[in-house]
Amino acid sequence: MSRIDALFARKSPVFIGFTVAGDPGIEASLRVAKAMIDAGADLLEIAVPYADPVADGPVIERAHVRALRAGTTPDDVFALVRRIRGYAPALPLVLFTYHNIIHRRGPDRFFSEAAAAGADGVLIVDLPVEESGEVAPCAARYGIDRIALIAPTTSPERQHAILSGASGFVYLISLEGVTGERDRLPPGIAGLVGAVREKTGLPLAVGFGVSRPEHVRTVVAAGADGVIVGSALVRLIEEHAGDEAAMHAALRAAIAALRRGLVPDPEPDMLRRERVEE
Amino acid sequence: MKPGRYGIYGGRYVPETLMSALIELEETYERVREDPEFSSRLSWYLREYAGRETPLTYCANLSRDLGCRVYLKREDLLHGGAHKLNNTLGQALMAKFMGKRRLIAETGAGQHGVATAIAGAALGLPVEVYMGEVDTRRQALNVFRMELLGARVVPVVSGTRTLKDAINAAMRDWVANLGDTHYLLGSCVGPHPFPRIVRDFQSVIGEETRRQILEREGRLPDTVVACVGGGSNAIGIFYPFVNDNVALVGVEAGGEGLDSGRHGASLSAGSVGVFQGALSYLLQDGDGQALETHSVAAGLDHPSVGPEHAMLKDSGRVRYEAVTDAEALHAFRRLSRTEGIIPALESAHAVAYALRAADDLDKDGILVVNLSGRGDKDVADVANLHGGVA
Repeated sequence: MSRIDALFARKSPVFIGFTVAGDPGIEASLRVAKAMIDAGADLLEIAVPYADPVADGPVIERAHVRALRAGTTPDDVFALVRRIRGYAPALPLVLFTYHNIIHRRGPDRFFSEAAAAGADGVLIVDLPVEESGEVAPCAARYGIDRIALIAPTTSPERQHAILSGASGFVYLISLEGVTGERDRLPPGIAGLVGAVREKTGLPLAVGFGVSRPEHVRTVVAAGADGVIVGSALVRLIEEHAGDEAAMHAALRAAIAALRRGLVPDPEPDMLRRERVEE
Repeated sequence: MKPGRYGIYGGRYVPETLMSALIELEETYERVREDPEFSSRLSWYLREYAGRETPLTYCANLSRDLGCRVYLKREDLLHGGAHKLNNTLGQALMAKFMGKRRLIAETGAGQHGVATAIAGAALGLPVEVYMGEVDTRRQALNVFRMELLGARVVPVVSGTRTLKDAINAAMRDWVANLGDTHYLLGSCVGPHPFPRIVRDFQSVIGEETRRQILEREGRLPDTVVACVGGGSNAIGIFYPFVNDNVALVGVEAGGEGLDSGRHGASLSAGSVGVFQGALSYLLQDGDGQALETHSVAAGLDHPSVGPEHAMLKDSGRVRYEAVTDAEALHAFRRLSRTEGIIPALESAHAVAYALRAADDLDKDGILVVNLSGRGDKDVADVANLHGGVA
């Protein structure tokens, strides 16, 4: 059983943390990943830095810029994955990348290196199912899950096509827009989770905009098997750029607070909100 | 060939959220291009509002100097001062047919932003234009023109703060506002169906040129030359000649020379890659990151090019050449003096190549240059480069 399958078989809902490899520096990025794991991330999504991240909002775009300024290359990303794998042998690791990184390297080489480094899945944010013919056999050859993306705008017909090639888990995009923190999540997440649930037995994780404990609670109440938090964590790296101890403390505190949203809360709304404000 | 593909090039490499909008756009486009009401309204706007057809001007002075028959296709005389309005009127009208209530656009030199602002004003659609912060400074006149025309200009401060970042920003806006917004992409780049839509709306340039030269000369030209940034004016004039025995030459921004690494010549010096939604030629490093580009012409300062040009390069049907900043500036001055026509610095690249290519033609040879825009927007910059001496 793959690490991703084993995780969701053991546990639901799960907390998925996102970080850009090489942010804020190549070595510092390993320490960020360790802090996130120590704080209770069940799965890590590790982005390959890319200069034109069109699916991302300003917070994650700046993280890509920091990682590129630090000189992070795909070689460094694979080395980082290898070291995280050494630190957390059972933790599922998913590479989050834009397609030209794979195209430039050649899909066979990319997936072979990803597998050798210890990655379990690859999510290609700008490769719709219609264009995925070349990478699908390469992912399969090296036993890498291709994490599928479904948006609120994806038609039922396309959901079927996307799910037919998916494995690991399915990434449901919560909203129409780029990544980034939002005050509230749009309505309709439960509808999306329900519609996709009818078509697949794969676990469903929801991301984009999920940045507060109450968002996590909303996503879990919608029936999701996992929540993905990116910008809210990446922002802490930026805010504490000069002080790693404070950065790690902030990441640990944020993940602990967000994780509390995973379990049903018996307290009334008013009390909960006060606690989050603390 | 798969739909949306030009040979191996093109395609749709976009985040999932955009797919529904691209499919809707493709379906709408297939419908409206067959709709007589759409055709007649677009023809009216092109003729009565934009000033088509544009002249095909025989340049007596330049022809005498160069020893062949030189014609300019005068897109500089189109309303707005460049070929861009052909596409923006077409797409803005299409947006109306789709029920969209807002237009967004990216712009490099500012010409496409101005043309979108014009089309938005004419058709009653609010316009927001994303423009790299660097470009807002070097094309300040066009920023003011857009604002005069009622558009909001949003300076983009991410990345290299130029055209590619403006496209990224516009795509981010679009993905968040798909219901009411049409992204009016300005060149034959990006995901399918944009390269085809832009080519079709720009093909009016080549269709007119073909008819005009046949009327005037009784035969087709020997060579047609156009500058290539994203490549919309070039594909517009080339496309109706693709099956003819006519040499087609696309001229890229050679910047400070191809060896300098400071240029915008993706076809001449790039490699195959995925960028902003399409597979095409791209100036990129070994890891697949787009490189910084350079050109004296902001509209050519871009690391990639339309996918149909990539196919036409590989097939050999179109030859792609590069012209340096210095050659373009020389052509800018030479056309101004010999013909009284100040070309856009982008178009001056095509003129510069024509000055070179004329040697290969005899006195009856016919050379057509697509003069894609007028140079008023560049006059202040050129004056600065030359210390105020014309």
